[in-house]
Amino acid sequence: MVVQKSVSQTMMALNGDEAVAWAVKQSNVDVVAAYPITPQTIIVERISEFVHNGEVDMEFIRVESEHSALSASWGAALAGARAFTATAANGLALMWEILYITASTRTPVVMAVVNRALSAPINIHNDHSDSMGARDSGWIQIYSEDAQEAYDNTIMAFRIAEEAMLPVMITLDGFTISHTLQNVSVLPDEVVSNFVGVRKVPRIKLPHIYGEKEIPLMLNPKYPISFGPLDLFDYYFEHKVQQNEAMKASVPVIEKVHREFTEISGRSYEPVHMIPYKTEDADVVLLGLSSTMSVVRKVVDELRSEGKKVGAIRLRVFRPFPADIIRKELSKVSTVGILDRSLSFGAEGGPVFMEVRSALYSSSSKPTVYDYIYGLGGRDLPPKLIKKAFNELIEAREEPEKPVIKYLGVRE
Amino acid sequence: MVAKAIWRPDIKELARIEGQKRPVESGHRLCAGCGAGIIIRQIAMTARKPLVWINATGCVEVATTIFPYTSWNIPWAHNAFENAAAVGSGVEAARKKLARVNRFEGDPDVELDYDVIVLGGDGGTYDIGLQAISGAFERRHKIMYVLYDNEAYMNTGIQRSGGTPFGARTTTTPVGKVIKGKPLFKKPIMDIMVAHGIPYAATVSPAYWNDALVKFRKGFEAEGPAFIHAFSTCPLGWGSAPEDTVKIMKLAVETCVFPLYEVVDGEYRLTGPSVSIAKNPDRKKPVEEYLKLQGRFRHMFKPENKWMIEKFQEWVDRQWETLLKRAGY
Repeated sequence: MVVQKSVSQTMMALNGDEAVAWAVKQSNVDVVAAYPITPQTIIVERISEFVHNGEVDMEFIRVESEHSALSASWGAALAGARAFTATAANGLALMWEILYITASTRTPVVMAVVNRALSAPINIHNDHSDSMGARDSGWIQIYSEDAQEAYDNTIMAFRIAEEAMLPVMITLDGFTISHTLQNVSVLPDEVVSNFVGVRKVPRIKLPHIYGEKEIPLMLNPKYPISFGPLDLFDYYFEHKVQQNEAMKASVPVIEKVHREFTEISGRSYEPVHMIPYKTEDADVVLLGLSSTMSVVRKVVDELRSEGKKVGAIRLRVFRPFPADIIRKELSKVSTVGILDRSLSFGAEGGPVFMEVRSALYSSSSKPTVYDYIYGLGGRDLPPKLIKKAFNELIEAREEPEKPVIKYLGVRE
Repeated sequence: MVAKAIWRPDIKELARIEGQKRPVESGHRLCAGCGAGIIIRQIAMTARKPLVWINATGCVEVATTIFPYTSWNIPWAHNAFENAAAVGSGVEAARKKLARVNRFEGDPDVELDYDVIVLGGDGGTYDIGLQAISGAFERRHKIMYVLYDNEAYMNTGIQRSGGTPFGARTTTTPVGKVIKGKPLFKKPIMDIMVAHGIPYAATVSPAYWNDALVKFRKGFEAEGPAFIHAFSTCPLGWGSAPEDTVKIMKLAVETCVFPLYEVVDGEYRLTGPSVSIAKNPDRKKPVEEYLKLQGRFRHMFKPENKWMIEKFQEWVDRQWETLLKRAGY
C-alpha cells in the first residue's frame, strides 16, 4: 500500500474484524444477515453494537445458520437493499449452494470471509482452505493483507459488486488480522457515504413484457419479474458463458473503483490485482496471498542486503484471476515459489500454484515453479522458513520433471 | 394479533377479484387436478396489498417458470429448496428498511408497500426447510408461509417425506414383500409451527374455498409470521383421478384425516365442517372412504393388510381427540 497524500482521517486502534465492521457501518448498508463463527464473531458483535446504539440505520437479521445468512442477504439484495454478510470456514462451506446461486443470479452481495481452516479436525485458526474452496463459485475474491486493507476492501467491495453486478468476497486472515490490533485510518463517515452512495438498483429492458421501458431489476409489484426460473439444456449453457463474461467484465470495474478510492483515501493498491515487491531485477520470486506477504517482504529486504536478487508478489484479486498480469510480471523471473495456504487433495499442487503455473504455460519464458504449502490450521510461518524457501529456490534452477509440492513448517 | 374485522367476500366479489388478480397465467405445466394451482389462486385472491412471492424448489417452481417463460404476473423469486423462509426474511427486512427511509420516494416505478408470501411443499417444509422456517418465525418476520402438502417429493418422482402418511406407497417406501408402504406417521407440522408462538396458524383444504380464503386473508393480516398448512391433492403421486381432486380434499376433512382449524395467538378454534363433526360425531366418516380413492393406499385394502387401515384409523382418532380437547370440546 502506498499513501499518496494525507486526507482528514481518524487513526483508530482496530483489529481486522472491527475494521470491517466500521466499513460496513459507513457504507450505507441496508440489511446485514449474519451468524457468529470464530474468528468472524467480532464483526457481528460490533455491528450489533452499532445497531443497538442507534449509530446506524440497518436491519440486522440474526439468522439461525450461515445458509440462511446468505439466503436472506440474497432476498434483501433482490428487494433493492444493499446487503452484507460475514463468515468463516465451515460457515462458508455451509453456504456453498447459495454462493453459486447468488453469483449466478448476478446479485451484488458483499461478504467478509475471515479465513480459517476447514474441519476436520476442527480448528479455528487461519488458512485459506475456506475461500479457496469457493474459488469457482462465481464470486469476485479480494484478499486483504492487514486491517487497513480489510477496511478499504470492504468499502470498495460495495461499489465493485453493484457496478459489476456480481457478489464480492473480501478476505482477511483469521486471528492474524481479525484479532490483532492495528492502526487503521478511518475515513470520515460522509466521505465513505458519498463514495459508495446508497444502493442504486440497475434498470433493464424486458422488451417482450415491458417494451422500451427501463424497469428496476428488483422484486417490485410495479414491474414484476420472475427470478430464479428453471433453466434447462436449451438456455443454461449460454447463461453460464454470459456469467463468465461478466466475471471478465468486472476487471475494469475493479480497477476503476480502486483508482477512485485512492482519490478519497490517498491509499493506493496499484496495480490492484497483485502488488510486486522488488521484482524488477529479481531472479527468484515468492508469490502468495494476505498477511504472510508482509513477512515475506521483510525477508526479501534481508536477502537483498546479502546481495541476493529476490522479490515478492502479493496476489490481491484471485477471482477474476489476473493471468495476463501474472504472466507479464513473471516474464523475466527464472524461479517462482508459490505460497499456498490450502491443499487441493490429490492435485499436483495448491490452488494458487495451479492457477499461476497454468498461466505460465503459454508464456515464452517459462520460469521454474515450485509449490510451498504452509500454515495449515494456523501453523506459523517464521522468517527463517521463508528464507529457507528462498535459498532453495535460488539453488533449484532446473525445472523438476513433475510439479513438486514442498511443505513449509510441517513435522516430518 | 389478528384483525378482528373478518374479511368475507361474496362469490360475486370473488369473481371480480379473480379476474383482476390472477397471479399465475394459464399455460403453466402443473398436472391436471393438481391442488397447488388452486391454492396459489386462492392465496392471491385474498391479498390485501400487492404481493412478493418467494417459492421453494418444488412442483410449483418447476411448472410455472421454465425459462424463457414465466406464468407469474407478480414479483416472484426462487432460490433453493431449504431456504425459502430465509429468503423471505431478507425480502421483508429490506422492504422494511427501504420503506422506512423512503428510498424510492418520487420514483413512480417502484412499489414498496407489499406483503411477502413464501410457498413451500412438504419436502421444503417438514424436512429440508424446517430450520429456516423456525428461524424466520422466531425472529417474527412479517411473512405468510404456506405449506402446500401433497405428502411426498412429487417433483423428483414421489419419494416419501416427513409429511407422507402412514401406509402410503412412494418410490422410497414401496409396497414390498416385508414392508408395505411408509411404516411411520406424518410429522405434526402444525404443532411444531404453533409452538413458535406465532400469531396465526391454520389448516386449509382448498375444497372449502370460503374457509380457505378467510384463513389466507387472516394470515396476511396477522401482526407477525403466519403459517398455513394447505392440503394439496396430487393425482400423479397419489394415484387418484384428476376429477376426484376436490372430492379427496373434502373427504380428508370429513374423515378427520385433515381437520380444519386455526390457532389465533395460541387459541385453537375448529372451522368449517370440522365444527359440525365435533358437535355431531356421527358425521365423522371412516378413513376407508378417503383411502379408497387413492392408488397409494390400495395395498391396505388386501385382507392381510387390513390392520394397516385400522392403524391409520387409530392414528386419525387419536389426533382428532387431541385437537378436540385443544379446541375446548
